Amino acid sequence: MPKRLLALTVNGRTREDAVADSTLLLDYLRDQLGLTGTKRGCDGGECGACTVLVDGQPQLACLTLAARCEGRHVETIEVLAEGGHGGGRMSRLQAAFHEKLGTQCGYCTPGMIMAAEALLRRNPVPSEPEIREALSGNLCRCTGYVKIIESVQAAASPVGTGE
Amino acid sequence: MSAPIDAVTARPKPAVGVRQPLVDGIEKVTGRARFTADLPAAGALVGAILRSPVAHGVIRRVDTALARALPGVRAVVTGEDCDMAYGVIPVAQNEFPLARERVRYRGEPIAAVAADDAAAARAALDAIELEIEPLPAYFSATDARADGAVLLHANKPGNVEREVDHTFGEVDAGFAAADLVREERFHYAEVTHAMMEPNAALAEWDAERGRLTLHSVTQVPFYVHLALARCLNIDEAQIRVIKPFVGGGFGHRTETLNFEVIAALLARAARGTVKLELSREECFLTHRGRPETDVRLKIGLKRSGEITAVDCEVVQRGGGYAGYGLVTILYAGALLHALYRLPACRYHGLRVYSNTPPNGAMRGHGSVDVRHAFESLLDRMAVEARLDPFALRRANLLPVPHRTINDLQINSYGLPECLDIVERASGWRERHGRLPRGHGLGLACSHYVSGSAKPVHWTGEPHAVVNLKLDFDGGITVLTGAADIGQGSSTLLAQAVAEVLGLGLERLRVFANDSVLTPKDNGSYSSRVSFMVGNAAIGAAQALKKVLVDAAARKLEVAADDVECLGESYRVAGTDRALAYKDVVTAALEVGGTLTVKGAWSTPPETQGGRFKGAAVGSSAGFSYAAQVVEVAVDEETGMVDVVRVWVAHDCGRAINPLAVEGQIQGSVWMGMGQALSEETQYHDGLHMRANLLDYRVPTIVESPPIETYIVEARDPNGPFGAKEAGEGSLSGFLPALTNAIADATGLRLAELPASPDRLLDAIQARRRAERLKAAKAAKPATAER
Repeated sequence: MPKRLLALTVNGRTREDAVADSTLLLDYLRDQLGLTGTKRGCDGGECGACTVLVDGQPQLACLTLAARCEGRHVETIEVLAEGGHGGGRMSRLQAAFHEKLGTQCGYCTPGMIMAAEALLRRNPVPSEPEIREALSGNLCRCTGYVKIIESVQAAASPVGTGE
Repeated sequence: MSAPIDAVTARPKPAVGVRQPLVDGIEKVTGRARFTADLPAAGALVGAILRSPVAHGVIRRVDTALARALPGVRAVVTGEDCDMAYGVIPVAQNEFPLARERVRYRGEPIAAVAADDAAAARAALDAIELEIEPLPAYFSATDARADGAVLLHANKPGNVEREVDHTFGEVDAGFAAADLVREERFHYAEVTHAMMEPNAALAEWDAERGRLTLHSVTQVPFYVHLALARCLNIDEAQIRVIKPFVGGGFGHRTETLNFEVIAALLARAARGTVKLELSREECFLTHRGRPETDVRLKIGLKRSGEITAVDCEVVQRGGGYAGYGLVTILYAGALLHALYRLPACRYHGLRVYSNTPPNGAMRGHGSVDVRHAFESLLDRMAVEARLDPFALRRANLLPVPHRTINDLQINSYGLPECLDIVERASGWRERHGRLPRGHGLGLACSHYVSGSAKPVHWTGEPHAVVNLKLDFDGGITVLTGAADIGQGSSTLLAQAVAEVLGLGLERLRVFANDSVLTPKDNGSYSSRVSFMVGNAAIGAAQALKKVLVDAAARKLEVAADDVECLGESYRVAGTDRALAYKDVVTAALEVGGTLTVKGAWSTPPETQGGRFKGAAVGSSAGFSYAAQVVEVAVDEETGMVDVVRVWVAHDCGRAINPLAVEGQIQGSVWMGMGQALSEETQYHDGLHMRANLLDYRVPTIVESPPIETYIVEARDPNGPFGAKEAGEGSLSGFLPALTNAIADATGLRLAELPASPDRLLDAIQARRRAERLKAAKAAKPATAER
């Protein structure tokens, strides 16, 4: 399998890695970088568990070739609690998902939070239908989504903004 | 030695009844939680499974010579490598991890390989030569039971795995005494768990010592442990089973699954470490979900609404192997009872083998389809009897304590309050029957066990054991075998221990599911953990408290009875003489060093059911109750059903963690919605047609309704702090509440689920045709008759 040198930014750090042309972003993140917070939940594009941000846009890492991320900025769940937003603490979204029980088994959670993160960046105070639309590609089998919506609303709430 | 005065007088904060975020929640939201596929496994071989391309056949040849010769292939295993059948029920073990002689469903594992990488593993699978002589295959219970059908298992005539005949009370006399008797048939599609984490196992074989370590996604590490010992024919003490974070289960993982044994066989054959990750499609083939089910149900009512008799027949298509099958068919009959007062009930159940992936336990195990039938028929009869659906339920409430005619013991019963709450919250009296066309409200009730009162393995051991370790640092480690699969059991155990000892959760850590460190636990299923392991945790905490009180008494030179535990301090009652917690710990360890205490719990004998065959299934030390109202909007042009809102009240006894209870109730209701509206498996010649999360239609956030959740606390005398189950009982009520709401909205009663748009549209169009025909007949009666 031919490999190429891929230069990109992952979670704020520039990297150069040899990757095969056919390597999926999901496998690159998990297997080569050890960023296992991004989950594989299906056989391709069914569940949203592998949602990451590429240049701020939510993308399914299982449907994205790593090679397509040349020169781009990839963000995974790991960056949110690493000073990316909260100075070494959980981000507002993470804290809200924790406190409001927006997570049960936790498997869909990283993808769900990254999809919500993309939403809040472009729309800091989304309506409930906007939350539903933004998370419509992310399946959860535990919560019935009720507390996921509450979590995003809590994180988006203007009270206490300015972390 | 005395603690500061504020510590002396501070009462401990309650830990129970508090909305407690999960003790392992931070790991989940930060991505630090390691699920099985996330475990570091540098150098592990990659496992892969070859599956049967036919639904039923005799294996004539499995030739692995070419595969073994390929570069990078380290091990190939087949049915030859394990001749021990396994299965979760000791009397029904008829499955092999890799098929031997016969394959019984399309997708059944036949061989497996371990190779240096995924490409080599795939190449090896392609190189295995298979010869299978096809047999007639049966994809419905009717076909499998037909005269002359080939038997899937030689010892089961008629392909009937289990037949149940249970009659309690005077059924015929009950129907004779009824003012209204109605009978109806229902059909339920097969559904499956579709938990978010795909199956994965990491097996490490220590070739020098002949020891195995298996990390797996299981809900039942202990059962997996037993099956590994059996199938690998090694001593149980040479096996270590570890359950990492698990991404949901819902019953899929309540029995040992073939891939877990296969991973172990591969690791042993390769003398190394094997990581086996199943695709989503393979998870659908591993299945174990709720069977395709036919129900015939007859109910007799007095004019007052009192039920006089019930007659029910259930046929389940069980798939190729036994699994939990006999338990499922027994549950379906047993849990007709214990929700309402039934004076007479006849049940006939048939569990049938078929050439489809094996069924098993799924949330609401055995109770869901029959509950839909029951609540649907009741609703229809309420209309005929001109009774309000609430009044009809209230006419059949149980007194407590109560022993049902099938010997289930009920000691707490919050159903009346559940009914009151959802009636009020939904605005039922003002709105039912008065909504615009296409809009409707439906009611249903449901219930479930808080753990099966008799365990699968009847060894005489307690149902649950918890150990607590207290060391020099004052930290307490809760050691448990209870498998937290996302439901929050580790959090609940921490809360129980904290409550008894008056400590904050920061003093506690929960360590779960490593068989070399944690006590055995039967596993997370039948909603047993909160109830049983919760009680064991209380027992362990009380034992530790006694040690601490005794130590404080020694130091304070008073009798133990005079010492009051305030958590962070222990004081002489009625005085300000006290010791800080850490000083009490030091005093307690002075004598013998690091302390480990334990608590154990077993179900009271009177809750363990009757003496008839099959009586153990359905028996429980505590029953949960729920009522829910569903509001729908039906589009009669498209057959689409929009669930507008759900009001659900669930009696879980004392809510130890109301936050988690709400999450469980909402998740149950929603999973019921999936089955009711859109989820179903489908096979073509045994080939799974919906083995992915697009065609198997799990509801997305877009079509999921607001669920207003009300907790009712009818405390149970057997429950930990009075608690009962919260994670299953609200599921089955959704299905009938939905179809009752559709009936209210459209007048149509669906006898088949899911209520997918095609089925509903068929029913709408059939009614229109019938109406047109009737109108035509009315217009020209004479000609129409000829």
